[in-house]
Order: sequence, then C-alpha cells, then structure tokens
Amino acid sequence: MSATDVIRITHLGKDYDTDAGPVTVLRGISFSIHEGEFVAIMGPSGSGKSTLMNILGCLDTPTSGEYVLNGHSVSELDHDQLANLRNRVIGFVFQGFNLLQRATLTENVALPLVYRGVARHERNAKAESLLGKVGLASHVRSYPNKISGGQQQRVAIARSLVGDPRLILADEPTGNLDTHTSQEIMDFFTRLNREDGITVVVVTHEHDIAAYAQRLIRLVDGKIAYDGPAAAGLHEHAEVSS
Amino acid sequence: MIWAMFAEAWHAMGANRLRTFLTMLGMVIGVGAVILMLSIGQGTQQRIQDSINSMGANLFIILSGSNVAGGVRGGSGNVPTLTLQDAQALAELPAIAAVAPVSPGQAQMVYGPNNWNTTVMGTTADFLKVRDWPLKEGDTFSELDLRSATRVAIIGKTVAENLFGDENPVGKTMRIRNSPFLVIGVLASKGQSLDGRDQDDTVLVPVTTAQRKLFGTRFAGTVRYIMVEAKSAELMARAENQMNDLLRQRHRINRPEDDDFTVRNLTALADTAADTARTMSLMLGAIASVSLVVGGIGIMNIMLVSVTERTREIGIRMAIGARRRDVLGQFLLEAVLISLIGCLIGVLFGVGGGLLASHLAGLSVIISAGPIILAFAVAAAIGIFFGFYPARMAANLKPIEALRYQ
Ligand SMILES: Nc1ncnc2c1ncn2[C@@H]1O[C@H](COP(=O)(O)OP(=O)(O)O)[C@@H](O)[C@H]1O
Ligand SMILES: [Mg+2]
Repeated sequence: MSATDVIRITHLGKDYDTDAGPVTVLRGISFSIHEGEFVAIMGPSGSGKSTLMNILGCLDTPTSGEYVLNGHSVSELDHDQLANLRNRVIGFVFQGFNLLQRATLTENVALPLVYRGVARHERNAKAESLLGKVGLASHVRSYPNKISGGQQQRVAIARSLVGDPRLILADEPTGNLDTHTSQEIMDFFTRLNREDGITVVVVTHEHDIAAYAQRLIRLVDGKIAYDGPAAAGLHEHAEVSS
Repeated sequence: MIWAMFAEAWHAMGANRLRTFLTMLGMVIGVGAVILMLSIGQGTQQRIQDSINSMGANLFIILSGSNVAGGVRGGSGNVPTLTLQDAQALAELPAIAAVAPVSPGQAQMVYGPNNWNTTVMGTTADFLKVRDWPLKEGDTFSELDLRSATRVAIIGKTVAENLFGDENPVGKTMRIRNSPFLVIGVLASKGQSLDGRDQDDTVLVPVTTAQRKLFGTRFAGTVRYIMVEAKSAELMARAENQMNDLLRQRHRINRPEDDDFTVRNLTALADTAADTARTMSLMLGAIASVSLVVGGIGIMNIMLVSVTERTREIGIRMAIGARRRDVLGQFLLEAVLISLIGCLIGVLFGVGGGLLASHLAGLSVIISAGPIILAFAVAAAIGIFFGFYPARMAANLKPIEALRYQ
C-alpha cells in the first residue's frame, strides 16, 4: 500500500440478515484506491455494487474485513467521527438524488455546511456559486420537484461538493438520466478529477459511462472479477460477451 | 447553527399546519385551563383574605343558646339570653380589648323621595373598634347617646349612596320606621363579607335606641349577639375561657352542657375558610395540570409519527454529515417549540378567559406573573420530556436503514 491510498479494503465481507437467514453479498473483497484516481465499478445487477458503495461511504458497516479511509480504520470510529467523515471527506451521490423536497436548491446544497456550523450567508454564497458551476444559477430559489431529473442530479452533485471533499462516491449517478445528460454529468466528474485532483468512484452498468474512468473494478457475485485499466477491462468484457 | 435549527423546525411545523395546530391545541387547552384555574383560585383566596381582614382581628361572636346538638334549647339564638349587662361585664375581662353588643333588625328608611330597606344594627361605639371599621366622615355615638337612647345613626356607604346620592349625609335627618334620625357619621367602605354580603349596606344606631324605640322585644334588655375582640392572637384561648367562666357565673350555670350561650372563634373559622380556599385552588390547578400532561402525550404521539414519516429525510441528513445530536436536537427543538408556542397561546386564552370571567361572571380573578412563568417552564419541560423519546428514536436510526426506508 502507498501513503496516498484514500481507500484500502481487505477481505471485506457483508452478510444481510433476511427472514430466510443470512445472505452473503460481498465475499472477501480487497483493493486500494489512490488519491486522484477515477474508478468505475461495474457488475451485473445484484452483484453487491451498492452494498460496497454504502460501506465505502460510511453509511453501512461490513460484516468482516477491514476498511481504512484516509488512514483511519473505519470500524474503530464512533458515530460522531463517522458523521464527520461523511460531512468532510466524502461526497456521496445517489442514483435517486435524495434531495429534501421541502428545501430550496440553495438550502439543499448548503445543508452539509449547516452541520459544520458555517454561517448562513457564507453557506448560501458557497451553495449558489456551486449551483452556478453545475449550470443552475437561475434556479437557486426553486424546489427539487420543479426541475428535471438531470438538474436534480446536478443539485445533488453540487451538494456533494459543497464541503470540499477529497473523495466522490457516486452510485449509478446516471442510472435515471438520458444519454446526453449522463454525458454532461460524467464530463463534470472528469473535470473534478483532472482539474481538482478529487478521487472519483462511480458505479455504473453502462460501458460508455465506465469509459470515462482510468480504472475498472468488475464485481460478479460479490467477488472481484476484474481490477485493472478501464480500456482493457471494457474491451475484454466486450469480447467475452460477444 | 441555532438559527438554522430554528428555521428547520419552523419549516417542519409549517409543512403540516393542521397537524401542528391540533398538537398545539392540547397545550393551549392545558395551559389555558391551568392559568384560568390558578387565576380564579388566587382571586378567590384574595377575596376571602380581604373579607377576613375586613372582619376585624382576634374576633369572637357570642350567640344566645347552646350549640349542643339536639338539646332542648334548640338552635343558637332562639331565646335571647345575653344582655347589655353581660356585654359590660365582658368588657372588664383582662384578655379582652373591646366588646360590642348587637341588636339587629330590618327597617325601611326614607330620605326625601328616596327609600331603602336594610339591616339596622343597634350597638355601641366599640362596634367600630371590634370590627376595625373607621368612619369616613362624622362622629360615632357618645356615652350620652347610649344612655339616653338618642335617635342618631351612622350609615354605610351603600345606604348613603342610595338615600343621599351626591349629598353629604352628615347632619341630615332621615326617617327610620317613620321616626326621624340624625345622621352623625358615614362608615368607610368594607366591601363583601366572607359569605358574599355587602357589608356597606348597613345602618348603626345606639343599642338602647334600637331596643326601646325601633325593635321592641318581649325580652327587654337582651341583645341578639355580642362581638368581642381579644387583646392579641396569643390571648384568644385565654379570652375564650374567661368569657365562658364569666357568663356561666352570671347566668348561674354549673355544667358546660347547660350553657345558654355559645362562644365562637370567628378568626379560627375564617382561617379554616382561607385554608379551604387554598386547597380548592390547588386542587383546581392540579386537575387542570392533567390536561397539560395529556397535551404532552399528544406532542409525543405526533413526534413519533413525524419521525416515522421523515425517516428518509433523517437518512439523507445523516448521509451528508448530521451527527446523532444534530438529529436529536432538531426533533427536540420541534417538540419544545410546539409546546412553547402552544403555551403562549394558552396563556393568552387563560388570561383572556380570566378577564372574561371577572367581567361577565363577576368572579374574583388575579392574573400574576408567577403562574405564567411557571406555565412556560412546565411547557418547556413537557416538550423536552415528551419530545425526547421520539427524538432519540430518530437519532439512533442507522443511516443506511433510514435511507432505504420507503
Ligand atoms: N438490506 C438488504 N437486506 C437484504 N438483502 C439485501 C439488502 N440490500 C441488498 N440486498 C441484496 O444484496 C444483493 C446485492 O444488492 P446490491 O448491493 O444493491 O446490488 P447492486 O447494487 O450491485 O445491484 C442483492 O441480492 C440484494 O437483494
Ligand atoms: Mg445498486
């Protein structure tokens, strides 16, 4: 491992308790992601991508194995420290946007700063400048249900960026969007990665989306089936499936 | 941060106005009832205290007849056995400050075109001392008035107003039962008595005048009752013993069972009345507080629903960095705000209701800061107490489970 590893997981396992007994979803996954990487995670539906992302985002805890984020072993952190990581280190983007319907776009974007105790005018200024960056400057006062899905996802991305995170985790961010909008979103992630050096991990099942990444991790049935350069991985998969 | 939390809570409350209003209603009614009850209770206590103070201190009343139940003598005061001489003898006792014999009767009185019907009390100048009742104008009876049964009268404020209007009654002659009486004094106002009668609706005349010239009686020289003031509160018990001994001796009675008089400690009776009023007002307050608790349970109920409904929102907040205490604080603040705003409205209703009760129903109402401050403190405590469980439930949600909640 190198000192610049943002994420390092070793033998990560996850079982879900269901009515029919425990179901194993992740079966001993290990990998590291360095600072500044752009990683795509692919895999068939139900292969455990979201489960993995939730653990990486400190929203869920693994059943076994170790997760080290920025040099901290996550399993040793308490609730407040985890909240702090979610607030300052990680920007999480969901497939379903997860915006607060009752709050304006500015309030939605500014929300992470509320939990840092940033003053209102400062929060709003930052939120509005980020909304401008994602092309929604004219919508700052409007509400999530008044804008399109693509626009909502851009709001969610603005929110994930408002705390200046070093790591963006996006679970199928373009899953609900049309091709054109998806490309705009991915272009935005690419710029963040290239220009600001932010580490980006994107889950997707679309090849052209994964093609934006440098590295590809393919999950099959809770195990890593491929971990390497995106171009080669996508090519190999295309050959296998054809 | 604090303002952001207030704004959030305000938003959340506004999101479901009807529900927030109905939840508040429980607090409104509870606080309103408590304030109203305490105000009425305090007013009643004050009224009773005023009446007691207006009665005169360290006071006894001696009535004719025995208070032994079922005795052959019948109820107190049936047969007059107390005399003016008894009163004079009582005044000599060491523990006693003043004595006033009273011979009352109803009488019609006239001045010019006005007439009025009220109680005329035959008594002595000491009556004013016993009852701590100053004159507003004029003079009291002289020794001569008592000895020669002069037709002079001291009138209460109500009588003065009804007979004389704006005129000064002192020096005027009015007619009582058609006999002319010179008004020599006007009493200061005393207000209501303990049993709610207007004490100012009265006329005092010398007891001898009453006996000989107004209300002739088969039992010449007797009086209906005697009022006695002891020298001090500490001397009350000794005064009572001295009076009993003296009257038994004068009436030639050997055994207390044969008493033809009854000595009552009015001050003790009044204290009992004041105690009863205090207890009543506490009880009313306690009953009203039950509705406060019910209001609190209403808040808890709604907060539980609210936490369930907003589980996903809680998940989102946690996903972007809300700590447990942020979520706890948010829901707690909401509960406390509902409670305090409900309390504020309740105080307004309680105070308004109190004013209404005093204007329309003539109840004595005292609105003081104490119960209002108490209500706010209790409301805040109720908000925290009943809001804590739902808020903690929200705070203890796991981020991923809250996010997955549909
Ligand atoms: N909370 C849960 N309880 C039980 N099983 C779950 C839960 N979440 C996901 N699963 C199961 O785990 C497997 C992996 O799910 P997920 O990580 O969402 O896959 P992906 O995102 O790759 O489609 C699926 O079979 C899913 O049914
Ligand atoms: Mg998924």
